[in-house]
Amino acid sequence: MTWLVPLPVVMPLLGAALTLLLAGRPYAQRWVSLTVLTATVAVAGTLLVRSSLHGPLVVEVGGWVAPLGIVLVADQLAALMLVVSAAVTLCVLVYSIGQGMADGNEETPLSVYHPTYLVLTAGVCNAFLSGDLFNLYVGFEILLVASYVLLTLGSTETRIRAGTTYVVVSLLSSLIFLVAIGLVYASTGTLNLAQLVDRLDALPDDLRLVLQAMLLLAFGIKAAVFPLSAWLPDSYPTAPAPVTAVFAGLLTKVGVYAIIRTETLLFPGGRTADLLLVAAALTMVVGILGAVAQSDIKRLLSFTLVSHIGYMLFGVGLTTSLGLSAAIFYVVHHITIQTTLFLAAGLVERRGGSTALDRLGGLARVSPLLAVLFFVPALNLAGIPPFSGFLGKLGLVQAGVADGGPLAWTLVAGGLLTSLLTLYAIARVWNLAFWRAPHPDMPAPGDAARAAGTAGAEQPPDDAPHAVAVLPRLMIAPTAVLVGLGLALTVAAGPLFALSTDAADDLLRRTPYVEAVFPDGAP
Amino acid sequence: MSPNLSYVLVVGVLVAAGVTLLLERSLTRVLMGVILLGNGANLLLLTGGRSGGAPIVGTTAEQDMADPLPQAMVLTAIVITLGMTAFLLALAYRSWHLNGHDEVQDDVEDRRIVELADRDKGPGTADVEAGDDDPASDPAEEQVAATGAPGGRA
Repeated sequence: MTWLVPLPVVMPLLGAALTLLLAGRPYAQRWVSLTVLTATVAVAGTLLVRSSLHGPLVVEVGGWVAPLGIVLVADQLAALMLVVSAAVTLCVLVYSIGQGMADGNEETPLSVYHPTYLVLTAGVCNAFLSGDLFNLYVGFEILLVASYVLLTLGSTETRIRAGTTYVVVSLLSSLIFLVAIGLVYASTGTLNLAQLVDRLDALPDDLRLVLQAMLLLAFGIKAAVFPLSAWLPDSYPTAPAPVTAVFAGLLTKVGVYAIIRTETLLFPGGRTADLLLVAAALTMVVGILGAVAQSDIKRLLSFTLVSHIGYMLFGVGLTTSLGLSAAIFYVVHHITIQTTLFLAAGLVERRGGSTALDRLGGLARVSPLLAVLFFVPALNLAGIPPFSGFLGKLGLVQAGVADGGPLAWTLVAGGLLTSLLTLYAIARVWNLAFWRAPHPDMPAPGDAARAAGTAGAEQPPDDAPHAVAVLPRLMIAPTAVLVGLGLALTVAAGPLFALSTDAADDLLRRTPYVEAVFPDGAP
Repeated sequence: MSPNLSYVLVVGVLVAAGVTLLLERSLTRVLMGVILLGNGANLLLLTGGRSGGAPIVGTTAEQDMADPLPQAMVLTAIVITLGMTAFLLALAYRSWHLNGHDEVQDDVEDRRIVELADRDKGPGTADVEAGDDDPASDPAEEQVAATGAPGGRA
């Protein structure tokens, strides 16, 4: 069954090539992308089942034996991340197809969109599966380059401005990562994660700390951890709604995944645990205070995204099995929910013509379905019982209490405060955008056909959003599916927590990973 | 293995120059900075491996071979840097095309705070994004009103 492991990387890449050849035939492109991503979901699901039943699956790429060649490793953590991200990318793809069809493909040039989107998926999968530090770097670069293109789609003035900051910051983090890789190789002579386990342990403590700090810095920028997070709320909201959604769901989480992987496998012992906890507290509180001050839904959601990265770091910083498993659960929850909210924000933008809170109002009356699609994930994000957001935060609080240190208690308090402030920020959106009297600019349900017809024909050349009375079904359906998926996380919380605890235990023991890569013992 | 001091010095100079350029406002200079930083990082990678003869079995004795792995990695990194340079150049060109300059602008939030301080008005009125939307969305709405009105009367 190991032949399945490279497929989540290979299939989207081949699909990207195929869609590039099919440029100008949007219908064929759509079907290729849909098929590829559906297959990726299936493969990821199989990998998850196999890896949780029989331990990590390992492939030596090109048949080169482990320390010489590159390995791809699908352990439980990687497979779980794959399943969630593949499912989310598939839903967002359907959403963007719905949007593209409704817009007459003017805003998102589909001939570039599909190949880039598939390359992004391949990069994300490669980063999750990689068992080699340099291959992880390549995975990051693949997904980043694709994200640069997606963020500057249409190259309007605002997107170029936001894209510039994003590209330069990402380049800087990649360079730090590359330098760290150079130093790791110079000091250990290998980049294979499993082989690094022993070799890094043999290094002097100071040198190990330098390497750890550099990797943490590089991943911290990608994951948008507080002092390194200012780029995110500035750049994400300008992209088209589906692009923002997939970025928010996946890109920062790849950074979090890299932090989890390196902190547990390469640098156990928690020498930076206190640093992580402090960063987590600041990320949570500063991020959510930023969200409270926003008057635009997309920007507000970007700030909550930054803020909730803090929860995951909290779990990682505790370095206990309890904390780590709660962090993994929280990553899964947050990928789903944050993507859903950005998709719902895209629907709000479409229905109301804007995401600025002072230009919206009365959406609950004119579009009750949209209200439900926003309300459920919003409460989920804030952590209202019985949603998965509550369960994830509960797990983290339990882990913090079990740890019992003063820093852990501070984090517990910070986490609860953040949850409360998230609820406040979300309630503000709800009151202003959904409950006030409808804004006079908004088309009423009655002039549906007229508004849709005119908007389609007379669309302004730039990317200014315009109000539409009828939301395309292909945009509503994937949002609804993701809302359902978020609810399913509550129903399946028991098995999922069992799975994440298993994954966390494997991570902390380290031996399952090493033994999977080197069955005959590390060279 | 002791690292080659001249390499290390060159890496230091490249990185220092790169960081200085990166802090400039003009995107073209930022690009130069990124290139220099990238070259510094690549050279550092190369310095990390053993130097020696060509790593081909039969031409060099095994203990005299250079480490081929950093060279392979540097090749990959060079290709990535090349792609990024092309993309940043395109960004700078597009920025120049749109604005007449390629300076990296302040973010929306900063500009909004400055505007708020300047005008000393209430929150929301100086929203940059909302201001940008107005001219674009108004014609479309007028269209709706224009085409809609006669039908309604008939």
